[in-house]
Amino acid sequence: MLYGTRLRALSIATLITMTAAFGLAFFYAPMDADQGFMQKIFYVHVPMAMVALGGFVFGGIMAIQHLRTGDPKHDLRSYVAIHLSLILGVGVLVTGAIWAKASWGHWWVWDEPTLVSFLIVFLLYATYQPMRFSIEDRERQARYASVFAIVAGAFVPLNFLAVRLAQAYTHPRVFATADGGLPAKMQLAFLVSLAGMALLYVTLWRYEMASKHTSAQLRALRRKLSGDDAVTPVGRTAAPSLPTT
Amino acid sequence: MSASAGERTAPAARPEPPAAEPRVVPLRTAVRALLRKELGLELRAPQAVPAMALFSVTTLVVFHFAIQRGQVGGDLAAGVLWVTLLFAAMLGISRLFVADHEEGGLDGFLLAPTDRTALLVAKAVSLFAFLAALEVIAVPAFALLLLGPSPGLGAYAQLAALLTLADAGIALVGTLVGAIAVQTRARDLLVPLIALPLLIPVVIAAAKGTTPLVLEAGARGVDVRWLLVLGLYDLMFGLLAYALFDYLIED
Repeated sequence: MLYGTRLRALSIATLITMTAAFGLAFFYAPMDADQGFMQKIFYVHVPMAMVALGGFVFGGIMAIQHLRTGDPKHDLRSYVAIHLSLILGVGVLVTGAIWAKASWGHWWVWDEPTLVSFLIVFLLYATYQPMRFSIEDRERQARYASVFAIVAGAFVPLNFLAVRLAQAYTHPRVFATADGGLPAKMQLAFLVSLAGMALLYVTLWRYEMASKHTSAQLRALRRKLSGDDAVTPVGRTAAPSLPTT
Repeated sequence: MSASAGERTAPAARPEPPAAEPRVVPLRTAVRALLRKELGLELRAPQAVPAMALFSVTTLVVFHFAIQRGQVGGDLAAGVLWVTLLFAAMLGISRLFVADHEEGGLDGFLLAPTDRTALLVAKAVSLFAFLAALEVIAVPAFALLLLGPSPGLGAYAQLAALLTLADAGIALVGTLVGAIAVQTRARDLLVPLIALPLLIPVVIAAAKGTTPLVLEAGARGVDVRWLLVLGLYDLMFGLLAYALFDYLIED
């Protein structure tokens, strides 16, 4: 599969959707009665969290594919998905802290179960790269990373359930579901923001896949052109290697 | 062509098909042999359990000075107990596969004609046994050193139920994480980093469940909800470990 094709069109679509999302969030969606302007961060924070979690799940599904087929390309897909979700995860935690400071007056509150669950999931996935890095054998690294991705992917819903149960009596849920209690205008802005964030994720994923494939091909061509000695061997790395033939 | 057709029509002509097939050791036999090895090793040269027990008692002393209390009760007591047990369990998890890895036990096991699930079952059961042995020392030490109210026998029975379910979860997760970590360079660093986030649901349910048992005002019954959460956790990680363990001990 060529990851570089239609990247330009995808990037433009992402740009348009994200611009539309911000426009809708700022000028179309009504001001929140309680939280005022600060509530606008909702249109960044919640889609980002949902897309990041979706990326973790996608990484887990690709890991299942990798273990079933043994094809290293699935491992690369899983790696790139988890890697991008981790980056979005930092954004989720930062925007969540800002939102918490604005609406509750503290940078971190423990009685918001979704945010707490997200922190736990983030801490777990943060060990994905160190684990990969400390396994030298490439084939084993790919296999173990897939096992990790599947266990962590299955852990996500269980963890959300446990954290939610731990705080069930302290606080009622404000946004019980994506559309629960949201006015129609806010809902539209939210859905467009979600689409924009999802498109951004897909675009970045395709860019990184294209880049990884291109550099692997470049190495292979260099090797063919001027012999094995001309190409410096890949050092120890957390990133999966593609067969350079 | 004609010879193979003749063979197909007369299968009785081959007298030794069972001997030609590879002999597969049944799962139960393999698990029993592996368990005898694990427990025998620990009984002859005790390593994991004494270290875990000593660590847990030391941690209790550290807690006494760190929280500056002579006696604890309620949610604080539950927290102290579970942090102590969980951190002591990390020691057991990081040692779980080390001997097999260094002395070639894993290679020997891979040569044996048996299902790899046998190793998972044996390791999880022996880790469960180590944790139970740890708790036989750590829980009385906790009651003696730090616990303010002394709960009755009924509370201890309920605590035992919580401990059993939590230990099963720790044993399953620990076997998976231990098998991953033993093949890495940063073995002892990775075990707590991966295992602790995975075990947070266990901590939530176990600490919430333990709190009513150690209240200052006298023990109340454990909420069945937390036993169900622990049971669900055990079931899910049991299935995950069963499905994925084979991939961790190839080659």
